[in-house]
Amino acid sequence: MQDNALELFEVFIRSKRGLDHKHVGSLHSEDHEQALEYARDVYTRRSEGVSIWVVRSADICASQEDDAEDFFDPNDDKPYRHATYYTLPDAVNNM
Amino acid sequence: MSSEQQTSLQEKQFMHKIKAEEKIEPKDWMPEKYRKNLIRQISQHAHSEVIGMQPEGNFLTRAPSLRRKAILLSKIQDEAGHGLYLYSAAETLGISRDEMIEALQSGRAKYASIFNYPALTWADMGAIGWLVDGAAIVNQVSLQRTSYGPYARGMIRICKEESFHQRQGYDIMLTLVNGSPEQKAMAQDSLNRFYWPALMMFGPHDSESAHSAKSMEWKIKRETNDDLRQKFIDQTASQIEFLGLEHPDKELKWNEERGHYDSGEIDWDEFHNVIAGNGHCNRQRLEHHIKAHEEGAWVREALVAYNAKKQAKQTEAA
Repeated sequence: MQDNALELFEVFIRSKRGLDHKHVGSLHSEDHEQALEYARDVYTRRSEGVSIWVVRSADICASQEDDAEDFFDPNDDKPYRHATYYTLPDAVNNM
Repeated sequence: MSSEQQTSLQEKQFMHKIKAEEKIEPKDWMPEKYRKNLIRQISQHAHSEVIGMQPEGNFLTRAPSLRRKAILLSKIQDEAGHGLYLYSAAETLGISRDEMIEALQSGRAKYASIFNYPALTWADMGAIGWLVDGAAIVNQVSLQRTSYGPYARGMIRICKEESFHQRQGYDIMLTLVNGSPEQKAMAQDSLNRFYWPALMMFGPHDSESAHSAKSMEWKIKRETNDDLRQKFIDQTASQIEFLGLEHPDKELKWNEERGHYDSGEIDWDEFHNVIAGNGHCNRQRLEHHIKAHEEGAWVREALVAYNAKKQAKQTEAA
């Protein structure tokens, strides 16, 4: 059987000016231009967005959930990076 | 439609967005001066984060305990990260990282003058976190509402991360004022040296500020230099009192009618002098930046060489 599947694209939508583009899902498309139009038709039928980004799924390089422990571990033992680590007297605590 | 008519229509639409409190995003049309103004401000902000690592970096090997050292290291790491967020935000306006760094190193671009003051004692690590980061936070909280989307989002991220900077600084001061008389004196000396330069961080008076009016109209800036400075003066007064230190401003007085503190005048000659390059550390800061940049050249070259090699291998395999 011939594989006719088109390439997968990830879709990101900015719901409102000033906000980040947020991942909403994916779709198959023959190229970027078409992906944009498909994304408009599929993901913004109710004015969900003012701007769309499409990225070839194959171009996304992601960290591995399985390795998360080793990957993020060095940052977990540094409580002093958080403001709440420093107990200041009530008089000046709104810092 | 002539191109002139088109520009005026675009300008109208642009101002309409600004007035409606909508953000301007990278691919939107914007007046050339808005773009230039933003590049100047954001890159100056980025340079400040990066140059600001120097006075603190100087104390990493002299921190009084492993705990203080880890905290200081973390704070400096944050500054590097914040520099990166800001350079990236500026890059969305069509300027390259190299161009910005060249502008810094050649002296065309500025960074916050406060970093041209030397950090002399450990107490300065306290005063810098508390006052310098404190003043920066007042400014940055206001900039979370700036009209340029990537800058506003960067500010939100930075403010969130930075809340610990000021608190760790105040924590150092608290420890010192509760220590020996010598330690308390060290804290006082540090406060005396950093208080006025921290007030200068907000820039010249509104009446003297070259970029202010346009920046306010375009909502790049949301509050004026003097208003932000007043906020900082007001919040700092009780913090100084709580430390039991003497306020460096002898004219500071609560004004019941205004609901604010009245304060003494800043030494503007000093301000202009430091901006003009005659502060204690101006030359040292830039020389160090250039030296670090040049000595790091081999890393950048190695990255490019490795990349080229990898691509050649891939082509070969294909």
